[in-house]
Amino acid sequence: MSSVSYKTLTHNGLWKNNPALVQLLGLCPLLAVSASVVNSLGLAVATLFVLTTSNLCVSLVRNVVSDTIRLPVFVMIIAAAVTAIELLMQAYAYELYQILGIFLPLITTNCVILGRADAFAAKNPVLPSVYDGFIMGLGFGLVLVALGAIRELLGTGGLFANMQLLFGEQARAWHWVISEDYPKLLLAILPPGAFIVTGFLIAGKNQWDEQARQRAARAAAPVVAGSKRVRVTGKIS
Amino acid sequence: MSFLRITSPHGHGPMSTAGIMQTVLVATVPGIIALTWFFGPGTLVNIVVGGALALAFEAGALALRDRSPTPYLKDYSVLVTSTLLCIALPPYSPWWLIATGIFSSVILGKHVFGGLGYNPFNPAMVGYVILLISFPLQMSTWQAPRGLGEIPGVMDALTALASPATYDAVTMATPLDVLRQNQGLLMADLQAQKPQFGLWAGVGWEWVNIAFLAGGVWLLYKRIFTWHAPVGLLLALGLCAAIGFDSGSSESGGSPLLHWLSGATMFGAFFIITDPVSSAVSNRGRLIFGALIGVLIYLIRVHGNYPDAVAFAVLILNFAAPLIDQYTQPAVYGSRPVKEDEL
Repeated sequence: MSSVSYKTLTHNGLWKNNPALVQLLGLCPLLAVSASVVNSLGLAVATLFVLTTSNLCVSLVRNVVSDTIRLPVFVMIIAAAVTAIELLMQAYAYELYQILGIFLPLITTNCVILGRADAFAAKNPVLPSVYDGFIMGLGFGLVLVALGAIRELLGTGGLFANMQLLFGEQARAWHWVISEDYPKLLLAILPPGAFIVTGFLIAGKNQWDEQARQRAARAAAPVVAGSKRVRVTGKIS
Repeated sequence: MSFLRITSPHGHGPMSTAGIMQTVLVATVPGIIALTWFFGPGTLVNIVVGGALALAFEAGALALRDRSPTPYLKDYSVLVTSTLLCIALPPYSPWWLIATGIFSSVILGKHVFGGLGYNPFNPAMVGYVILLISFPLQMSTWQAPRGLGEIPGVMDALTALASPATYDAVTMATPLDVLRQNQGLLMADLQAQKPQFGLWAGVGWEWVNIAFLAGGVWLLYKRIFTWHAPVGLLLALGLCAAIGFDSGSSESGGSPLLHWLSGATMFGAFFIITDPVSSAVSNRGRLIFGALIGVLIYLIRVHGNYPDAVAFAVLILNFAAPLIDQYTQPAVYGSRPVKEDEL
């Protein structure tokens, strides 16, 4: 379909319509497992996989599934993808699978996935759908990993602990600690910390967008000093 | 001639925000003097450092929110928040503890919700609880009071401020801690065995509480707040303690006098729960608000795991304040109260 440009899709998924920061979808796993980088990365990869696969399958069957039964069909497709990634993680990253626990099967109910299936993949051809799923998953995953990194850094004073769960034994040495004296801010790795840090991330994004908008407005209509406002007395300094 | 078109309200309170805040600051002075006398200059250092940090955070937050900084910095409100928080912090706290607390109070407790007058929770208690949850060890270490341990000097206080970890001082369990860890001793025996219990409630603590009571009564006299919330708190706490005292068995929760003059009771009753923004609005509502805080303080002190209960009790009741307001709304003058079945 020519109306969808990959550039727009990328911009939407990563920034403008970011699932975690703008749509605020899938907050349950986002807040629950983002206490460390390795947990975040595990869930991010799993979500990315499910989102891409489900978008692919939904897009393939979009013309044969009638509107009335589309949601159950989508959920079955998503559940199948989730089962697959669950079995894969059991086989290759068993300890991480145990840590993520209930939040792996819960990916099925993650609103981002059903949302993208219904809003995009059900209306678009295969290639853009796969790309949309991938880029949305990436946008979600990047926020998840950023959140995990901030919380791990504040809460434990280190980064990349337990990376061997995901990357094998040589990753054990990646663990990096600021200083042994660092007072650990326990709140950051407790549930309230997830809400607070997410709030700050969203506020930061909004602030950035607002400044960009103002810059664009200023660039579009340069104001000459000394000119008069429309129907307003006084001069612009 | 033309009339001046001024809309209501036509009657104004004589006091500005800055005036009220200054009065509150002055009223904390007896309590601060008592704390300094019994525990050394740690609290003073806390207050000075905390105040400077609070002004800096306030200015930064106002700049981010495109507000003019001067009127807000001049109304002393942020200094009241920081002073109340720093009184509650253990003396000889390291700088990062104070900074985290002030950040939590000013940014998370106040500006996130829209600044002065919009905060649903008491900002000082938000900062205190965040610190208590994050750094339980540092937050529950108290200097031993004068008469039971050596009092550090000003240089020690500054060293403690700069140190990365907790300052190594003579510390001692507070009377409330001793009471909680009591294993099968009768109250009378416990008080005879442990030196922490002074004349009535605890060495140092009783005088600190009496000093805050004096400051609070002065504020009452100056009509900064009404008597309802503090009296509700003290009555409910005393009643709970009287019921739980059972003439001093080993399971006793401590006498009313001990609870009134221990920990942060008077400080909380007169300086924390009287915050006009986060408490209930009507007089009847404030009485209920204070009483429920008193009940919670007793329950958390006797059955909980934390050194004192005022901060948690205040935050929980801040949640409940709108509900209390809804059920205690006074009837409009001249109207009769609406009955339930007429609604």
